[in-house]
Amino acid sequence: MDFWTEIPSLGKRDLRDLKKGIDGAFKKFSRTYGDGIEAFFDPLYFFLVRLEKLLIAAPWPLILVLVGGLAYLGSRSVKLAIGSILAFMVIGYFGMWKDMMATISLISVATIMCIAVGIPIGIIMSRYDRVQSAITPILDLMQTIPIFVYLLPVVMLLGIGRVPGLIAVCVYAVPPVIRLTNLGIRLVDKEILEAAEAFGSDYRQKLFSVQLPLALPNIFAGVNQTIMMALAMVVIASMIGVKGLGMPVLQSIQNQYLTLGLMNGLAIVALAIIFDRVSQRYGKRLQAHRYGKEHE
Amino acid sequence: MVRGSKPTDMVKNMSNFKLIIKNLYKIFGPNAGRYVNSVNEGMSKQELLDKHNHVLGLNNINLSIPERKVQVIMGLSGSGKSTLIRHINRLIEPTSGELFVDGENVLAMSPAQLREFRRKVTSMVFQKFALLPHKTVSQNVAYGLTIQGVKEKDAKDQSHTWIDRVGLGGFEDRFPAQLSGGMQQRVGLARALATDAPILLMDEAFSALDPLIRTDMQNILLELQEELHKTIIFITHDLDEALRIGDNIAILRDGKVIQKGDPQDIIMNPADAYITDFIKDINRSRVIELRSIMDSKTKGTGTGLSHKMSVEEALPLLNKAKTKSFAVIDEENKNLGSVTLDSAIGALVRRDESAVSERYK
Ligand SMILES: Nc1ncnc2c1ncn2[C@@H]1O[C@H](COP(=O)(O)OP(=O)(O)O)[C@@H](O)[C@H]1O
Ligand SMILES: [Mg+2]
Repeated sequence: MDFWTEIPSLGKRDLRDLKKGIDGAFKKFSRTYGDGIEAFFDPLYFFLVRLEKLLIAAPWPLILVLVGGLAYLGSRSVKLAIGSILAFMVIGYFGMWKDMMATISLISVATIMCIAVGIPIGIIMSRYDRVQSAITPILDLMQTIPIFVYLLPVVMLLGIGRVPGLIAVCVYAVPPVIRLTNLGIRLVDKEILEAAEAFGSDYRQKLFSVQLPLALPNIFAGVNQTIMMALAMVVIASMIGVKGLGMPVLQSIQNQYLTLGLMNGLAIVALAIIFDRVSQRYGKRLQAHRYGKEHE
Repeated sequence: MVRGSKPTDMVKNMSNFKLIIKNLYKIFGPNAGRYVNSVNEGMSKQELLDKHNHVLGLNNINLSIPERKVQVIMGLSGSGKSTLIRHINRLIEPTSGELFVDGENVLAMSPAQLREFRRKVTSMVFQKFALLPHKTVSQNVAYGLTIQGVKEKDAKDQSHTWIDRVGLGGFEDRFPAQLSGGMQQRVGLARALATDAPILLMDEAFSALDPLIRTDMQNILLELQEELHKTIIFITHDLDEALRIGDNIAILRDGKVIQKGDPQDIIMNPADAYITDFIKDINRSRVIELRSIMDSKTKGTGTGLSHKMSVEEALPLLNKAKTKSFAVIDEENKNLGSVTLDSAIGALVRRDESAVSERYK
């Protein structure tokens, strides 16, 4: 054997045994606990299905009013509200209404989950340096590991469908909320924090009356990024059976349906732009006090 | 050394001292405790930094602060003023030493006791105001009260009294960013007063303000103090401000108190060249009072001049009878001593620095 040209490696057989061993163990694990874990996520499944059905069953004009209203409430911009309504109408006109509702319900639930999980984790990270240095590499891993690599174990555990899709989306989209919550709290002016302490605040009072409100613009920037990343996952999530605008895109790739792919792709882009603009404007309004303007 | 070595002695002796600081050391760095002895044995701030990469914050501070008076702490930037004031409410933990407020050992307090202490006994005004930008003036002033759990409405009512007292009536619903610096610091002052804490800690509270506004704020503080009689620890690097506000002054250098006491005494007898340098630019005639220059062995004649009268005010009177020796009297008309035009003019002459350093060698 030439030492210099062949890197020392595990024998082929050993390597195969190793992989087999781990695969076997994981399969066994998922056979024993898969059902339990699935049952654990059942409420999520029902919630997701409910929301999707509700959105699809609701009369379309009502949805349009809702969309326009929310867009206006968030951004205080009539232009943006009208633009959103028009975009929804066009998407509906081209026969993508139901898929769009499915996608919106998935994104909404994913965003809520990411916020519910991400903000507390971010808070804990900001409080303890050790937690921060433990979690940061995990977040790096979550954002860089090829999505298909963790899609597989999720599918093995939970099968194909909405819930594993949702979890895959969340794993991919949650890091920004966590990171920016942590960062936002750590960036809060030390003097203001000192003032809170000097007046005898305990940790909770400091957190809720100073740290979170002052970190809010950053936290919100994180939420915005999370929404964008969730939308970016829509096509990949459809590979494991998530309904919505991603499914036709996937089909069009497999069957070379150019127009179908383009239309659905553009619909996803339109949603992304609407979500992004509205949430960014809302985030800006959160810091109105910084520039000496009255709260609206 | 402060008299009394055991805490029990201290309690007996501190009837008129609100706050007693004993042998306080603060060293910044991971192994601070290891170097207290070296510092105690005379290692300098520079040496500690060069040799061990630790920063000497406070070096054996002993200070007794009388109740209901204004204690000024002075010193150049980096001399440890902020570090010292933050020990009083334990925003900074000492490396070693003792700290008593009303005879109670502050350093022995549990976290919960400490919070209670900060809520009820001390309050603080910050150099850069440190207001909550997302809360209105009224919410900011009520902040200390809401922390204590006072109901929102009561807190608001109480805060309005203080907003009026600092002259901010009508601005209750503004946000800090909508106010000028002077107005923001009024909010800071009202916030500190609103909790009714007997000790007021002010860390260069007026240093960030323009001279005119600063004088305004000093007036507001003096007016309020006349009525409230708080124990105020007031930090400044401005001697004029110190003389205007302070009943007592302590001067810090490299974390060490190098002179403390009556402001008059410090001006008349600066302890070293550093302090001489510090006081060289003041207007002596306006600052020095007759009690500092009078001859207490001889009794003067005439109706008598107040011992608190400044030389500037006395000069025209003294000048009318150039050789006469005027009586100096206190508030009860007691004759304390005498002044002449000569002694008044003599007081205006700055002490020669070399003479000073020789005297203290
Ligand atoms: N957290 C800290 N870590 C290290 N050194 C500090 C820290 N805080 C203050 N110091 C040092 O302690 C000294 C006193 O600082 P400070 O009390 O802020 O001075 P002052 O308020 O008089 O300007 C300075 O040399 C400063 O650099
Ligand atoms: Mg300072």
